[in-house]
Amino acid sequence: MTQTTPIIEARALSIEYKFGRGWLNALHDVNLTIYPNEIHGLVGESGSGKSTLALALMRYMAGNARISGGTIVFDGVDITRTTPTEMRAIWGSKIALVPQDALASLNPSYTIGEQIAEIGRLHLSLDARTAWACGIDMLRRVKIADPEAVAARYPHQLSGGMQQRVTIAMALTTKPRLLILDEPTTALDVTTQAVIVDLFRELIRENDAAALYVSHDLGLIAQLCDRVTVLYGGEVMASASIENVFKHPIHPYTISLLASLPRPVNPTHGMETRLPTIEGVAPSLADRPKACVFAPRCPAAIAICHTEKPPLEQINAERTVRCHRWREIADCTLVIDTAPKLIEMSAPPEAGMVLDADHLEKTFGGESMFGRLTKRNGVHAVDDVSVHINRRSTLGLVGESGSGKTTLARLIVGLEATDDGNLHLLNAPLNAAVDARSRDELRQIQMIFQNPNDAMNPFMSVGETLARTLKRLSSQPMTTAQIDARVAELLESVRLPMDYAARYPTELSGGEKQRVAIARAFATTPALIVADEPTSALDVSVQSVILNLLKDLRGQHGTSYLFISHDLKAVAYLADWIAVMYLGEIVEEGTSEHVYTMPSHPYTEALISAIPVPDPTIKSKQIRLHGDPPSARNIPTGCRFHTRCPRKIGAICETDVPPYRDAGGEHFIRCHIPVEELARLQQDSPNPILDAQI
Amino acid sequence: MIRFLLRRLALLAITLLITSAVIFALTQLLPGDVARLILGREARPEAIAALREDLGLNNSVPQQYIDWLTGFVTGDWGRSFVSGNPLIRPLVMDRLGNSLRLAGFTLLISVPLSVFLGVISGLNENKFVDNAISIFTLSVVGLPEFVTGLVLINVFALGLGWFPASATAPADASLGDWIRQLILPAITATFVLMAYIVRMTRAGVIDELKKSYVRTATLKGLPRRTVIIKHVLRNALLPTITVVALSFGWLIGGLIVIENVFSYPGLGRLMTNAVERKDIPLMQAVVMVVIFFFAIANLLADVVYALLNPRIRLD
Repeated sequence: MTQTTPIIEARALSIEYKFGRGWLNALHDVNLTIYPNEIHGLVGESGSGKSTLALALMRYMAGNARISGGTIVFDGVDITRTTPTEMRAIWGSKIALVPQDALASLNPSYTIGEQIAEIGRLHLSLDARTAWACGIDMLRRVKIADPEAVAARYPHQLSGGMQQRVTIAMALTTKPRLLILDEPTTALDVTTQAVIVDLFRELIRENDAAALYVSHDLGLIAQLCDRVTVLYGGEVMASASIENVFKHPIHPYTISLLASLPRPVNPTHGMETRLPTIEGVAPSLADRPKACVFAPRCPAAIAICHTEKPPLEQINAERTVRCHRWREIADCTLVIDTAPKLIEMSAPPEAGMVLDADHLEKTFGGESMFGRLTKRNGVHAVDDVSVHINRRSTLGLVGESGSGKTTLARLIVGLEATDDGNLHLLNAPLNAAVDARSRDELRQIQMIFQNPNDAMNPFMSVGETLARTLKRLSSQPMTTAQIDARVAELLESVRLPMDYAARYPTELSGGEKQRVAIARAFATTPALIVADEPTSALDVSVQSVILNLLKDLRGQHGTSYLFISHDLKAVAYLADWIAVMYLGEIVEEGTSEHVYTMPSHPYTEALISAIPVPDPTIKSKQIRLHGDPPSARNIPTGCRFHTRCPRKIGAICETDVPPYRDAGGEHFIRCHIPVEELARLQQDSPNPILDAQI
Repeated sequence: MIRFLLRRLALLAITLLITSAVIFALTQLLPGDVARLILGREARPEAIAALREDLGLNNSVPQQYIDWLTGFVTGDWGRSFVSGNPLIRPLVMDRLGNSLRLAGFTLLISVPLSVFLGVISGLNENKFVDNAISIFTLSVVGLPEFVTGLVLINVFALGLGWFPASATAPADASLGDWIRQLILPAITATFVLMAYIVRMTRAGVIDELKKSYVRTATLKGLPRRTVIIKHVLRNALLPTITVVALSFGWLIGGLIVIENVFSYPGLGRLMTNAVERKDIPLMQAVVMVVIFFFAIANLLADVVYALLNPRIRLD
C-alpha cells in the first residue's frame, strides 16, 4: 500500500450525543484513514453513524454532540482541538462537502452564481466580477450547458441532476484537498446517478483530491471507490480495498449484506428462491449491545460474541476487521451460507386475468379553465397504456421519475380518474373513481405506499389501523373477537410479535412499519396489491426481508402484484412480467428474463447499464443518457425517446412513431431498429444484472 | 408582474364592492328612523317626512345602496348627521392623515425593535435570553392597552413630564412636536404588536436554522455573522412581512382604545363617535376607508413577499 502520509486520519474517534441527562455513544473507537488520490467509501445503514462520522471529519457536529475521545488529524493538525475561526479557514477551502439533498442545501433566495461566487470572494480573495466569472467557469467544468444562464437562475429552477452538479461545482471551487460526499446521488434517478458519478470520478482525479464517499448503495461504492469502510452500530466492522471487501469479505456483516442484495435468480422449474436475509433490526442508539454490536443478528455468533467486544484488528497495512471469528472465515474453516434458498413454488402463475387495463389515458391540468385560458399543454402522464395482470403473477413497472408509473398505479387503484380507457377487475368492469367503487371492489385492490412513515396515522396503534380496515371493508360485520383474532393472524403473517398490536407507528422501525402496511394491504385478502416503491425507503438489510415476505404472501394467498420500482434488481427478483415506461408510454414489455436479456429497447438498455454492480471486477457498460427527460407537457414527436437515445438511427426517429415489434415470446419493443439489428448491436455488452455473481 | 398586479387590483375592487354591500346591509339593520334621529324626538311629522324624502330614504334599499355607492366613488361622501352637518370627506381625510402618521410612526418603532428581539430569541432558542424576551413580550401583550397607556401617561407625562399626556397636536405643529405627541401612543401600540412580530420572527429563524442550506453556508467557511444575516434572515423574515401588513391595517382602523386614552384624533376615535351618535354615513365612510387600507396593505405585503422570494412567480 501507499507509504504516503494520509490526508486525514481519525484515530479511536468516539462521539456522544446528549439525550436527557445522559450521553449516548454515536461513534465508538472509529479509525478511518484516507490517502491522497483515494476515493474512500463509507457504507452503513441508517443509524450506523455514517453521516455523523462524515461530518465529524469536518469537525461539524450537532449542537448536542461532543467528541469524547480520539483524534482527527487533517493535514498534520489535530482538528479536534482547533478553534472555530481556524475551522472556518479549512471549511470550504481545504475540506468541502457535497451534501445529500442538493435543493435543500442551496439557499432558495440567492442565484446559483452568487452562491458559488461567495466562495471565491471568501477563500480566493477574488473581486466580485472575477468571482462571478470563476463561478461560471466552475459550472462549465461540471458540464452544465449554458453556464451563464444557469448562474442567473435560482436553485428551484434547476432539475435534480443540475442541482447536484451545482453543489459539486461549489465544493471544487477552491480545489480542496478532501471532499466529503454524503449520499449525493441517493435522490436521483439511476440514469442521472450514472452520469453524475462519472463526473465525480473524473473531477476528483483531475483535482488531485481525496474523497470520502458515503453511501448505502454497495454497487455504487464498488464502482467508484478504491477502499471502503463498513460501519455498523457506530463501529467500524471492516475496512479494506474494494477488491477485498467485495470479493473476499471476512466480516459476517459484510458477507450477509452482500448476499442480501436483490438480484434475479433463475431457479429450476417448480422452485422459487428466497434471498438470504439478516434477521432482526439494527440497534438504536440507546440499546446498542455492549459486546459485539452485530452479534444479535450475526449468523456466526458464538458465546464470546455476546460477552466481549471484539477489538478492531489490523490484519495488514490496508485491512482492518472487528470480529472474533475473522480468522476462521479467512481460512475458510467457517463458511457463512449465502446462497439464495430454494423452496418449492406453492402455486405458479395462473392464466386467469385479475386486472385488465385497456388504453388508459390521463392528462393533468389540460382541462382546467386556467389551462385553457393560457393555452398551456396539460401534462400527458399516461398515454394509451394497456397492462394485464394474471392471477398469482407480478407485473414489475420500471422507469425514471416522471415516466408516469405512479400515475398509472393511481389510475388502477382509482385515486385518479382516467380520462379514457377501460378497467376490468376479475373480468367485471371496474369504476374509474375510487368513491364509485363497491366495497367488494375496494376489498380486491389494495395499495402499499413508498414511505411507511407517511402512510400510517400516528395516533392509531397498529391494532387499530388493521382493525379499521377490517371494519370498513369486510363483507359481513365482524365481532370484536373476530377482528382481534384476524389482527393477530395478520401480524403473524408478516412476522411481527402479537404485542405489536398495541404499539404506535413511532415505536416501530422503518421495516416494521412497512410490514404493518403489508399486513393492512392483505387484511382483506385482495386479488391485487399495488405496491409503489415499497422497499426504496428501507435499509439494504431490510429490503431483502420485505421482498421475501412479499413473495411468501403471494404464494400463500394467490395475490397478484403491480410492483413499481426504480430498482431494477428488486423488480427482477420479484416480477415475472416487466413493463418499462418512458414519458407516459410503455416502450418494452415481456417476461423478466426477456426484458433483462438482449435485445432490449435502447432505453431499457440504458437503465440496465446505469445500475452500479456490487462487484468491482465488472465494469458496467458505458451507456449514459445525457440531459433530463423532456417534460410530459411537450412530448417529442416521433419516438418520444429520440432526444436522449444513444442508438438513434436518423430522421425517422424524430418524425415517425416507432412500431411495437414482437421480439418473440410475447416480448415487445417499441423501436425503429429491427429486433435482429438490436440483438446484434447489443450482443457483446455485459449485463450488470445477470452477470453479478457474489 | 403586471398581470399579477392587474389581477390583484381587480380582486381588490371586488373585495371592496362586497364589503360595501355588507356594510350597507348591516347599517340597514340598525334600529331607529334616521330622519327622527337627526331631527330629534320632538320633530314634527311633516319635517321628518320632508327629510326622509330629501335623504332618499323612501327609495328602495337597492336604490339607496346604488346611490350611496355612486356617491362614494365619485367623491360625494355625503354629510354627517351631527350638528352642523359637515361634509364627511374632508373630515375623514383629516383623521386618516392623523391615523397614517401614528401608524407609520408606530411601525418605525415596533418593526425594527420586534424583528431584532425575534432574531435574538430565535438564535438563542430556549436559552435564558429567549425566555426573557418571550416572557416580556407575552406579558405586555396580555395587558390591555388602556392599562399600559395609562401607566405610560402617569410615568412619562404626569410624572416625568417628558411627553404630553394628550396627543392632540395642532395641524401646524413642528416635526419635533409631532414626534413628542406620537411617542406614547406609539409605544402603547408597539406593546400590542411586538409579541406577534417577535413570535413570527423567532419561529422563522428557528425554522430556517434547521435547513440544510445553513450547514452549506457554514461549511463554506463563512463567518457566523454572514451566515445569519445574509443567508438565514433573508428567508426567515419572509413570514414577518405578512404580519407587519396585517398590523398596518389594525393601526389604521383598530386603535380605538389607544386613540381614546390619548385623545388622539384618528379614524378609530372618529368611528366610535359615529357609532355613539348613530351617524350612519360617517360610519360607512370610515369603515370603507379602513378596509381599503387593509386590502392595500395586504396587496403590498404579497408583492414584497414575492419580490423577495424567487420561488413565487408573479403571473
